[in-house]
Amino acid sequence: MTNTMGIILSGWKKPALKDLSYKRSVSAIPFGGKYRAIDFVLSNMVNSGITNVGVLTQYSFRSLMDHLGSGKEWDLDRRYDGLFIFPPSLSDDESGWYRGSADAMYHNLSFLKRSNEEYVIISQGNSIFKMQMGDMLEYHQAVNADITLAYRKMYDYSREDLSSLGIVKLDENNRIIDLQEKPLNPQSDLASIGVYMIRRSLLISLLEECIAHGDYDFVKDIMIKKLDILSIYGYEFKGYWRNISSVRNYYRCSMDMLNPAVREELFVKNGKIYTKVKDEAPAKYNEEAEVRNSIVADGCFIEGVVENSILFRGVTVAKGAVIRNSIIMQGAVIEQDASLNYAILDKNVVLTKGKCLKGEYDYPVVVSKNSVV
Amino acid sequence: MVKKQIIAMLLAGGQGSRLGVLTKKAAKPAVLYGGKYRIIDFSLSNCINSGIDTVGILTQYQPLKLNNHIGIGKPWDMDRMNGGVTILSPYMKEDSGEWYKGTANAISQNIDYVDKMAPKYVIILSGDHIYKMNYSEMLKFHVKSNAEATISVIDVPYEDASRYGIMNTEPDGRIYEFEEKPKKPKSTLASMGVYIFTWEILREYLIRDDQKADSSHDFGKDVIPAMLSDGRRMYAYKFQGYWKDVGTIQAFWESNMDLVKRVPEFNLYDPDWKIYTPNPVKPPHYVAPTGSVKTSVVAEGCMIYGKVRNSVLFPGVYVEKGALIENSIVMSNSHVAEGCVLDHCIIGEDVIVGKGVNIGVGENIPNEDKPGIYNSGITVVGEGARIPEGTVIGKNVMIDMHVLPEDFCSDRIPSGSSIYKGGERE
Repeated sequence: MTNTMGIILSGWKKPALKDLSYKRSVSAIPFGGKYRAIDFVLSNMVNSGITNVGVLTQYSFRSLMDHLGSGKEWDLDRRYDGLFIFPPSLSDDESGWYRGSADAMYHNLSFLKRSNEEYVIISQGNSIFKMQMGDMLEYHQAVNADITLAYRKMYDYSREDLSSLGIVKLDENNRIIDLQEKPLNPQSDLASIGVYMIRRSLLISLLEECIAHGDYDFVKDIMIKKLDILSIYGYEFKGYWRNISSVRNYYRCSMDMLNPAVREELFVKNGKIYTKVKDEAPAKYNEEAEVRNSIVADGCFIEGVVENSILFRGVTVAKGAVIRNSIIMQGAVIEQDASLNYAILDKNVVLTKGKCLKGEYDYPVVVSKNSVV
Repeated sequence: MVKKQIIAMLLAGGQGSRLGVLTKKAAKPAVLYGGKYRIIDFSLSNCINSGIDTVGILTQYQPLKLNNHIGIGKPWDMDRMNGGVTILSPYMKEDSGEWYKGTANAISQNIDYVDKMAPKYVIILSGDHIYKMNYSEMLKFHVKSNAEATISVIDVPYEDASRYGIMNTEPDGRIYEFEEKPKKPKSTLASMGVYIFTWEILREYLIRDDQKADSSHDFGKDVIPAMLSDGRRMYAYKFQGYWKDVGTIQAFWESNMDLVKRVPEFNLYDPDWKIYTPNPVKPPHYVAPTGSVKTSVVAEGCMIYGKVRNSVLFPGVYVEKGALIENSIVMSNSHVAEGCVLDHCIIGEDVIVGKGVNIGVGENIPNEDKPGIYNSGITVVGEGARIPEGTVIGKNVMIDMHVLPEDFCSDRIPSGSSIYKGGERE
């Protein structure tokens, strides 16, 4: 896919993620024991042969910038093209805070203009999925679409969760005839997965027109308004897909990683998921360790009980500690006889001796970064 | 160009023949260790942690894996504009070409490399040992003693001393005598094969040694004795800490097993002295509801559905349901099928152990073909081997690299026997 460039939209605020995205962009949320959410879409692009990627970011992007660096972990530290990060910037020509996705792209129009790929694939940075984007391009070309939107049958979503997505309606040729952003009453379970394919020249002219009319949002102001004028097609994505937007779906999606079929699809088949590495030694288990149905990253040190949980890098679980149904991020320490159930511990949390935290499946407890409990 | 005070020359060309099938296609420094590393990582990480960013790596024996591993030195932060890692392999000269004839000759054939970096001091290292050492402390000692050569030594038990090069020193550390493997050692200070030389002096001795027809061109046997007999200022620098030469199957196995102890003598988890290596691109490991891991070291990408006890598992090892791995080392991407029982064995990379295979049963009889190598009760399976279902394998068995199920003539492989590729001996 050397004729396609990538744009990742990473910066929109997700209040439902509470403390987890208080100090980080939602795309930078730690996920699956060693990753951050953006690793999935970025690796999908790289695995599909895309070598020119722009990341548009807005809120609390420090941890995201730190994570992405020069892009070398994704093999995107290139002499030509590679990885570009575009935080908002102030300058004389009225630019500044991005007012929406179209506005963000418009502010970086020079990036789109000086690139020479024929197509652009636009994706959100907070989706957990494995996608071969080349297939979508083939489809886009075959149906001769102006814009192709990837959608998925959300058979595994609750009705309530569906209303946080963009619901599509297709005609018999898969042309999109209706697109509703976050409808209160979803009419179907076919939802956009936030991945769009478009010719670069068309994107540039649509953005210019949109901003000229004082509009800012790619979906609302371009796609929905032009459903009749442009030929917008739906491309069905059939794999696993989750969008991290609330504590509850972050928790559920994380727990899906304990499912061998999901893990196989995401991490083994069709390319690897790349991330920033940390040079930790392998995990060490002592005599008392009892670990079942759990994911454990390098650098962990385990002397306690761990069940149905995800341990990120460098987590210490002392003797007598019991961790169940929980997500423990990097560097946390669970001291002797402490216990956790349905909890999400952000980075470097210390749960002191004998303390006990318990949430519910539908309402996991979140402990924010660097706290001592 | 910033002038380098010190550069390192790392000798990585040794075969390590006593590691048997583990070093059949790889130099000893490239052998996997500790669930993630190759042996050379320790010396290389010591260099960068000691502030040495210029390292010449001398390779000779089977360098493919080593070259692949080191690349341009990225994992050690040694991909530098000025210095960094340089792989130095033997090369053709105008009228002849030759292999490195000894440790000293390997350096002397690369005098041009060192001259170009123009350091004041050179540290000579071997990529064969497991240890963490701050070479900058040793350099300080070298400078302070106004030495021309400093040899790092470690106190060894008296009964082991006759296996090493022993330094006899004055109370201030100055060396007055060096004895290679003495029958009656006068001291217990063994050379670790880590030397700092003032380059100007070493350069002179290397050229002189090259011209001696009867020399074996070895640091320990030739260069150091020559310098001593000339009365050069040579000092012993005492190192304290974990230092292991993992040159035999038993030493290699024991040193790996040291890592699984409750408080390992050798700490890989020290944030101030990290050991670097290329990181595999694999998800964190997974322990299934049927799996159980105790007293072990497990790397990323492993999938554990069976039981693991007192073992070291490298990235991507798959342990099926009902399998039991005890007191063993299983290297990258090997697959242990259902119902296997593995005890006291070393499984190389990409090995497939078929259903119900049992390794490490029976008497402890040394290997018939290579009793000097396989004699400590440990069975070694070479890289890429496929062991057929239901095979029962004894102790001290050697299974060659890439053997196929048809190379096994029986499903009972008694202690001390060997299985070769194509069924034939070498």
